[in-house]
Amino acid sequence: MKKEMITVAKELWKGNEAIAEAAVRAGCKCFFGYPITPQNEIPEYMSMRLPQAGGVFVQSESELAAINMVYGAAASGVRAMTSSSSPGVSLKQEGISAMCSGELPGVIVNMMRGGPGLGTIQPSQCDYFQATRGGGNGDYRTIVLAPCDIQEAVDMTQEAFDLADLYRTPVVILGDGMIGQMMEPIEWHDIPKRELPPKDWAASGRKGRDHSNFVTSLRIDAADCEQFNRSLEQKYKTIAEKETRWAEKDAEGCQILVVAYGTPSRIALSAVEELEQKGIKAGLFRPQTVWPFPSARLAELAAQDSLKAILVVEMSLGQMLEDVQLAVKGVKPVRFHGRVGGMVPSVEDIAAEAEKILQEVQ
Amino acid sequence: MKKQITISGFGGQGVMSIGKSLVEAAVAEGLHATWVPSYGPEMRGGTANCEVVLSDAPVGSPVFTYPTELIAMNLPSLHKFEDKVQSGGIIFVNSSIIEQKVTRTDVKAVYVPCDTIADELGNKKVSNMVMLGAYIAATGALQQQTIQQMLVHMFTGPKAKLVDLNMQALERGAQCLKG
Repeated sequence: MKKEMITVAKELWKGNEAIAEAAVRAGCKCFFGYPITPQNEIPEYMSMRLPQAGGVFVQSESELAAINMVYGAAASGVRAMTSSSSPGVSLKQEGISAMCSGELPGVIVNMMRGGPGLGTIQPSQCDYFQATRGGGNGDYRTIVLAPCDIQEAVDMTQEAFDLADLYRTPVVILGDGMIGQMMEPIEWHDIPKRELPPKDWAASGRKGRDHSNFVTSLRIDAADCEQFNRSLEQKYKTIAEKETRWAEKDAEGCQILVVAYGTPSRIALSAVEELEQKGIKAGLFRPQTVWPFPSARLAELAAQDSLKAILVVEMSLGQMLEDVQLAVKGVKPVRFHGRVGGMVPSVEDIAAEAEKILQEVQ
Repeated sequence: MKKQITISGFGGQGVMSIGKSLVEAAVAEGLHATWVPSYGPEMRGGTANCEVVLSDAPVGSPVFTYPTELIAMNLPSLHKFEDKVQSGGIIFVNSSIIEQKVTRTDVKAVYVPCDTIADELGNKKVSNMVMLGAYIAATGALQQQTIQQMLVHMFTGPKAKLVDLNMQALERGAQCLKG
């Protein structure tokens, strides 16, 4: 190990608190939430920090109230956010659907815990379908960012607000209990600011305009409503074209490709390194946006001659698995390893599973 | 080099804070580090533990099955994790309250009477710092100086008098390796 003292700008942060601070630095002015483990440090930190930063913190009477307060704040043109964990995020779905219909920006953090129902408080990824398919009613999607460590959680939180404003859509940060609870050194760096359109749609006072701005999720005329859905469709196509993100390690030329996001992708990274030390050509593919899902790149990797099989690892019974299967279209075998109910996959189990699969397919 | 450390004990024994101190010192020394707490319902009155990784390379998995070192502050912790420690690893035992010896022969056992020493120093709360001193002396993973600098930053104003107490605790822990 290095023995000399090095001056680095790294600071030790707990995941939840780092996300909250990142939101403040991104200009979040309103936080509304209701307590639930394992994300309580987000509202706790916000209750202390947001008033200092000229913002507003409200502990609402319920999750439903919190998301509708986000709707209201966003409609007035300010950056607003809520956070919760699985059962609480279920309660927010009605509001998220309404925000998509009202085309309102906002950031929703889900530190997933084991389900279904109240489940457990331990880390999980069992809300993938809910997050990526639009968990409420209607034909909508939300941008879903999936950080794998605290640095990425910070960077993604800062960017989430820009994405939300740019596309006028709710953005979900899909973490798991472990990312919320763990501590890790991070660097605060400036995220490249995007050029954002003015919020001339906001209901923030008439300001000499000849009309009042009106934000609604009701389009009672079917033809109007269809036209609106078509515009959403176009928006989602643009997002898929421009905002799809992923990371890879040794994914080109590998024999077995592990696909994982969030905490399991870090564990899978260690498993891939272990396999490589044994002389096995292993690679990792890590979606950073799970909606839009990086299907095109995954299809390219799946088509490689070298590749024998794909192993999907999740803390669920196999939800992202379906997106992988849709992308791979059966050109290579896709296998699955999952732990559920708050249990976390181990490096050893992932490596053993990968070796077993390679033996079976060869 | 990579350390995977399981630190375990009763809630209130300062096990989380041993882990945080290790990670803070590692960050100050330019190493990569992660800290994962057990945050389950077992924390109330039961055994609490945290998993710490210190590494000169970026940390992949922050969780592990087999620690390189175990710090057992109470008996249930020794029972729970003794079998998991990697062969050639070290088990640190708070021998003030753990009367049993480590049964494995393929690991090194370090017995540190943390609570006894803390009592001698006049403050039960520094028991965990005694153990931290022993850990650093035994593994050389970090410099004791780094922890000392952290203490100076941590305890200021009316709390400044605690720096000396904590440094004594670190030193007494380190001395257990020489005996």
